[in-house]
Amino acid sequence: MISIENVCKTYQTRLGKRVILDRINLRLERGRNVGILGRNGAGKSTLIRLLSGAERPTSGKIRRGMSVSWPLAFGGAFQPHLTGLDNLKFVCRIYGVDYRPKVAFVEEFTELGVYFREPVSHYSMGMSTRLAFALSMAVEFDCFLIDETMVVGDARFHERCHHELFEKRKDRAFILVSHDPNVIRQHCETACVLHEGKLHSFASVDEAYEFYQISTA
Amino acid sequence: MTRSAAVTGEGSFLRSLAVQFRVIHALLMREVITRFGRENLGVLWLIAEPMTFTLGVSALWSAAGMNHGSSLPIVAFAITGYSSVLMWRNTASKCNSAIHQNFNLLYHRNVQVVDLFITRIILELAGATASFTLLSIFFISIEAIAPPVDLSLVLGGWLMLAWFGASLGLVLGAATSYSEIVDRIWHPTSYLLFPLSGAAFMVDWLPKNAQDIVLLLPMVHGVEIVREGYFGNAVHTHHNAAYMAAVCLVLNLVGLLLARDAGRRVEAP
Repeated sequence: MISIENVCKTYQTRLGKRVILDRINLRLERGRNVGILGRNGAGKSTLIRLLSGAERPTSGKIRRGMSVSWPLAFGGAFQPHLTGLDNLKFVCRIYGVDYRPKVAFVEEFTELGVYFREPVSHYSMGMSTRLAFALSMAVEFDCFLIDETMVVGDARFHERCHHELFEKRKDRAFILVSHDPNVIRQHCETACVLHEGKLHSFASVDEAYEFYQISTA
Repeated sequence: MTRSAAVTGEGSFLRSLAVQFRVIHALLMREVITRFGRENLGVLWLIAEPMTFTLGVSALWSAAGMNHGSSLPIVAFAITGYSSVLMWRNTASKCNSAIHQNFNLLYHRNVQVVDLFITRIILELAGATASFTLLSIFFISIEAIAPPVDLSLVLGGWLMLAWFGASLGLVLGAATSYSEIVDRIWHPTSYLLFPLSGAAFMVDWLPKNAQDIVLLLPMVHGVEIVREGYFGNAVHTHHNAAYMAAVCLVLNLVGLLLARDAGRRVEAP
């Protein structure tokens, strides 16, 4: 179970405080999932940072009764000097997992070939994204955080991600944020809309979609 | 459930401690490769860098006659002096940039701000210590300098300097999360502190009133202790380990409190 309880997040700007999230609430049980719709700048990335623990709420509480992943396919922590293998070792060490049984999967999924043992600075964008996604799969979490904009690639890549995440790991919970209602509709049981700092919950994705259309029109 | 227990790492104190050790180990390995790469000397640069500095300074001081006509062997004087500067200056400088350079690692739940500081402190202290030890062994083995008179005193003084470096690193590293100004002010400050830090003089050489002022600086006591251990009765030293320990203790506590608060207030750059 994850619960967001009355969470506020404000940032200081030159024109004073700006409220990004205003007393939001959300509860997600093990094995369930929810999509969060929001326009650009609605606070989706802020919410992801709070959920992953990179930042703390200004007030309110986030309780985690299950393990929560770092944002899926997030490659921002890659260092140019580290190789793909180094990054795998690093992530596994952080989470206390033996990296050796994971090497074969990561090599196979990323299709990096000899580049797996080359510094990440020599990678193309696509190679980095594939590595980042594969590393997210190397540690088995109860709940995945997915920022749709981070998982960018061609159709084949998407298909393989889909297989790894939504088929092989369909027993897991996930929180998916996106500005695209179709993505949410395709993957999520329920949906919320993040609008003007408030998080609106809906029983069905369709109701959320309707609200999203009206509120952002 | 074993999966979530292993991955969340939440729970008892012992388990938290285990997670912290694991995280710091991972960060150390990562930092070493990131900073020094795999080419040429690789991780040995951690030691080679401060060694080069110390050797250069030793050569300059020898040429300039920085022992002020005293009977102290200049190489030993320079090694003890400059190595101790590295202990507090490098830890503080590296901690200043720790959050900014590593923010993205905080997306991993197990990585906390204080781990970033501890990692850099360990690396800098280890590098400076290895450099000091190797240079001492080298110059002693070619009989350029005599072995330390009292090794345990050298070690004690060195540990005090390490404690001071670590505490200062925590305070300054966490303080940069409040304002970038801390980093900007630290550079000139460390530059100005260097000539006052006891690295390039013995307290005994100064007039009495200057001694009182200089002894307010905690690192001066550490260098004096190291040199008493190195040179024994050949020097007359002034130090108060209790005073230095008190300053370190306060800095250490303030540093930990600030680091905890920095973890709460840190924001994506």
